[in-house]
Amino acid sequence: MQFGIFSVGDVTTDPTNGRTPTEHERIKAMVTIARKAEDIGLDVFATGEHHNPPFVPSSPTTMLGYIAARTEKLILSTATTLITTNDPVKIAEDFAMLQHLADGRVDLMLGRGNTGPVYPWFGKDIGQGIELAIENYHLLYRLWREDVVDWEGEFRTPLQGFTATPRPLDGVPPFVWHGSIRSPEIAEQAAYYGDGFFANHIFWPTEHFVRLVDFYRQRFAHYGHGTPEQAIVGLGGQVYMRKNSQDAVREFRPYFDNAPVYGHGPSLEEFTGQTPLTVGSPQEVIDKTLTFREHFGDYQRQLFLMDHAGLPLKTVLEQLDLLGDVVPVLRRELDAVRPADVPDGPTHEARVAASVADADPAEAGEAGSELEASRR
Amino acid sequence: MTAPAIAVISAGLSQPSSTRLLAGKLAEATAGQLPAGTEVITIELRDLAHDIVNALLTGFPAPALREAIEQVVSADALIAVTPLYSGSYNGLFKSFFDVLDAGALAGKPVLIAATGGTARHSLALEHAIRPLFSYLRAITVPTAVFAATEDWGAAGGTGEGLTERIERAGAELAALAGRREPPAKADPYASVTPFDQLLHGR
Repeated sequence: MQFGIFSVGDVTTDPTNGRTPTEHERIKAMVTIARKAEDIGLDVFATGEHHNPPFVPSSPTTMLGYIAARTEKLILSTATTLITTNDPVKIAEDFAMLQHLADGRVDLMLGRGNTGPVYPWFGKDIGQGIELAIENYHLLYRLWREDVVDWEGEFRTPLQGFTATPRPLDGVPPFVWHGSIRSPEIAEQAAYYGDGFFANHIFWPTEHFVRLVDFYRQRFAHYGHGTPEQAIVGLGGQVYMRKNSQDAVREFRPYFDNAPVYGHGPSLEEFTGQTPLTVGSPQEVIDKTLTFREHFGDYQRQLFLMDHAGLPLKTVLEQLDLLGDVVPVLRRELDAVRPADVPDGPTHEARVAASVADADPAEAGEAGSELEASRR
Repeated sequence: MTAPAIAVISAGLSQPSSTRLLAGKLAEATAGQLPAGTEVITIELRDLAHDIVNALLTGFPAPALREAIEQVVSADALIAVTPLYSGSYNGLFKSFFDVLDAGALAGKPVLIAATGGTARHSLALEHAIRPLFSYLRAITVPTAVFAATEDWGAAGGTGEGLTERIERAGAELAALAGRREPPAKADPYASVTPFDQLLHGR
């Protein structure tokens, strides 16, 4: 089981004092937060990708490369990388380069993006979002697995005799998660390739996502990657903690009430009752997070959103200290109940070992080889 | 055939509300033409006003609103009644339909009705409210019912013209509700295209 944090990278005014960090302060704060994540024993730091104010992370691999140089163990990821508007060739190159620099501590989460104007800004049509995600990822998938690619598609200049460099580290591409909040097609895509599926369920009720994740699990099995229980699932989470529950509620309320996304809408009490948001003591966070497994089954990665809505860096770092006490408990509880045949969170080392095992034809199942054939 | 279910939406904001009153009479007229046991579910949007605004902001309905939406979507027919504000439906009425999923009311028989201070704005039913339901791909019955304040003044509680229109509109809706197949529950997961087809041989 992997635990981590993901940042949207929003520059938001602190509603308690009216202070707005500069872009520079926010970017540096994200780096500080990522390094803190490693210090407290988390496994993953993931950054969003945005191309409009008030967000700073337009260039994720630049930031993650810097963080890679200042960390030892942390897996660097995204939440999400825009598979619709980025050139898949550039994604292949950037993340392979990052993978080498970080000695394999890299994976990525693909998403379509929910900001309409980004599509035309990058010369794309939002009406073709799903088609772009499908074609672009299929090219990315091939660029990382075939040394020389001849390719022609609907949305990009054709490639003849193209080799994406550097080649993935140890011949094993970064693990890919597909993130979606409501599109069964994206769950279908993740299942088809045997990739991970990430349900960022923090702003919506759990029931909605249970159906989506279950669909992914069934289709993962359908495509011959294992049992539904062996599908690779990641979940979001959002917490604010203090030793005393009442202090957490009192401190977080102004940030909640003014937050982008849900601010000025439901009350904190309504929202915590209806969504995975937890505001309270560390024990309450443990209890609520453990319910995720009851809804979604054994899963591989839990990411928390800790640094949005204008929370100052100092507070975020305090929150991470508390999270550092919570995660070992969650890790122990969840690892203890996970069956032996359900995979752990994906790492480069494990995937290299698996690719060596897969090279032995006796290990490859019939459905698997059929799928491999259909991909070529 | 099992008895149909009629959902009634009233966007009246005052209590008591003439919009609610008109909605009740329309429901009665419709149910009177249908088999005994016809279920009438009345939803007063006023009670859901905060949930509706919250759903606009968060993108998901709170439990009470979700239940109301499910009742409307699964009903065999809908009676939708709004007071006229600034020459059109009020904001609460429109907001309720704004939080429904696309296609949720496709093919649904709908009786539209409105209340207002004078008959001067009665055509708002035709130039604002009927187009809204056309957009939602619902089937509106030909008779739309407008009740001005003065219509409530005649002996017996309603003027003769209003009563006739209510009866006619109710009969029109009942005719559609009675012969309609129960709405199929839209299942986005049942219709996902298999991925090899999504790939188009890429």
